[in-house]
Amino acid sequence: MVKPEKLIENGIRLDGRKPDEIRPIKIKVGVLNRADGSCYFEFGGNKVIAAVYGPREVHPRHQQKSTSAVVRYRYNMASFSVEERKRPGPDRRSIEVSKVSREALEPVIFQEYFPRSAIDIFVEVLQADAGTRTAGINAASIALADAGIPMKSLVSACAVGKVDDTLVLDLNKDEDNYGQADMPIAMTPDGKITLLQMDGHLTRDEFREGLEMAKKGCLEIAQLQRTALMEKYSSLMEGEVNE
Amino acid sequence: MDKKLVIPGEFLSDDVKLADEGTYVEDSKVFSSVFGVASLKNHIKVVPLSGKYIPRQGDLIIGIINEVSFSNWIVDIRSPYEGLLHISEFPRRIDNSEMSKYLKVGDSIMTLVKDVDQSMKVELTLNDQRLRQIKDGRIIEVTPSKVPRLIGRSGSMIAMLKSETNCNIFIGQNGRVWLTGKDKNLDLAVRTIQKIEKESHIPGLTDRIVNFLKEAKGIPVKQQVKKKAKKEETEKHEQVPAEETARGEKESEETVMEDAEEPENIEENKSGGILDELLDK
Repeated sequence: MVKPEKLIENGIRLDGRKPDEIRPIKIKVGVLNRADGSCYFEFGGNKVIAAVYGPREVHPRHQQKSTSAVVRYRYNMASFSVEERKRPGPDRRSIEVSKVSREALEPVIFQEYFPRSAIDIFVEVLQADAGTRTAGINAASIALADAGIPMKSLVSACAVGKVDDTLVLDLNKDEDNYGQADMPIAMTPDGKITLLQMDGHLTRDEFREGLEMAKKGCLEIAQLQRTALMEKYSSLMEGEVNE
Repeated sequence: MDKKLVIPGEFLSDDVKLADEGTYVEDSKVFSSVFGVASLKNHIKVVPLSGKYIPRQGDLIIGIINEVSFSNWIVDIRSPYEGLLHISEFPRRIDNSEMSKYLKVGDSIMTLVKDVDQSMKVELTLNDQRLRQIKDGRIIEVTPSKVPRLIGRSGSMIAMLKSETNCNIFIGQNGRVWLTGKDKNLDLAVRTIQKIEKESHIPGLTDRIVNFLKEAKGIPVKQQVKKKAKKEETEKHEQVPAEETARGEKESEETVMEDAEEPENIEENKSGGILDELLDK
């Protein structure tokens, strides 16, 4: 792939989006029967699946905490998820993504409700197209709710970045590869930030503006997450529950 | 409409005093902490649509022996935590060496949660007349959070199910259901329970179940099924009044524990023992 000459033309990005537009999202809740909670999440070209197990017994035993649950998050990319075959198994990058994603979700989970137990989150990337960690966090937060795990709120994530000296929301592959900055952010609907990473360069003003853009993007995603969960039990919406 | 589907973090009320299970309070506002059905009358609580069984003192549950250790049976209670049944909690004095003679790995028991401590050590007991080993029938599993719906208000759903299917049914708080009866009847009961579990959040559940049972039997039952169920219930269980669990008392949908004694055992079934002590609290 060669660098496109221009990433933004007349205020329209290569994939036809405006700078402050997120990619189309498709969500399906409860796709895995064996898991306690699960979610399939499409975020533009990203396709990820999240499974949640637990609270359950902790193995190995030494990991358990006597006063709260341990949250374990495994982010993994399928070998076929990218054009060039990815060598299977954990690597530096996926270990890092696992760690920051776990830390993005831990603040909302009521871990102290389940001492000596484990909440396991598995995120598998089936197809990658820039922004897999944000897609993974979005999926995992829905899967946690689906598993009936008590949380303060859902977590939504999306990235902002800079390409051709313009701030853009939710970068795609080309923008990620050839852009000037990439900043994934995860937050709760009331604006508490649980993940913020950045590579590249942004000025202070750009950073502030970018944060506001991400906030809007996350709110939009939060709405979609809510709708997806509701749809699983949509027939309840009409009228009162019996008895 | 006083019931609605909510997701974690959804604002429910300003009245902090009403906050109950499935909610949390922040900045003197009540929010939902789980994905489930919120009810806003009396107390504000959210019943999750899924989730694991978390043992509580006084729960009547069905456990399966997982391991026999020196002086404890380690029991799978369908929870993140294992149950411990100490040898002294067996109704009879038995020797350490003989433990697996009485209860071996794989055996099912009706048991009571005697105590749960801070670190979630779960102590079980068999020291009550109505508790014992399960030797016949079938055990099926439902989502623990749906147990109150399966029992129904003051046990109405389960009473109807029992009389309509001619099965004896005991529902453990951990979502294990023990059924005894004729094979054909059992099949129907199991199918009905699965239907209740699947549709528990949709309004008009009782009516749909009544119709479902009618259809399955192929006879249109004309008399009011609810009344009939109640009548049969009192006949069957004259000496076995429905017991409320400690947990059930404060819930609007009472979690009534139905006793599953076979008729011939009824004489043995004296009230008293640890269950009543717990209920008095």
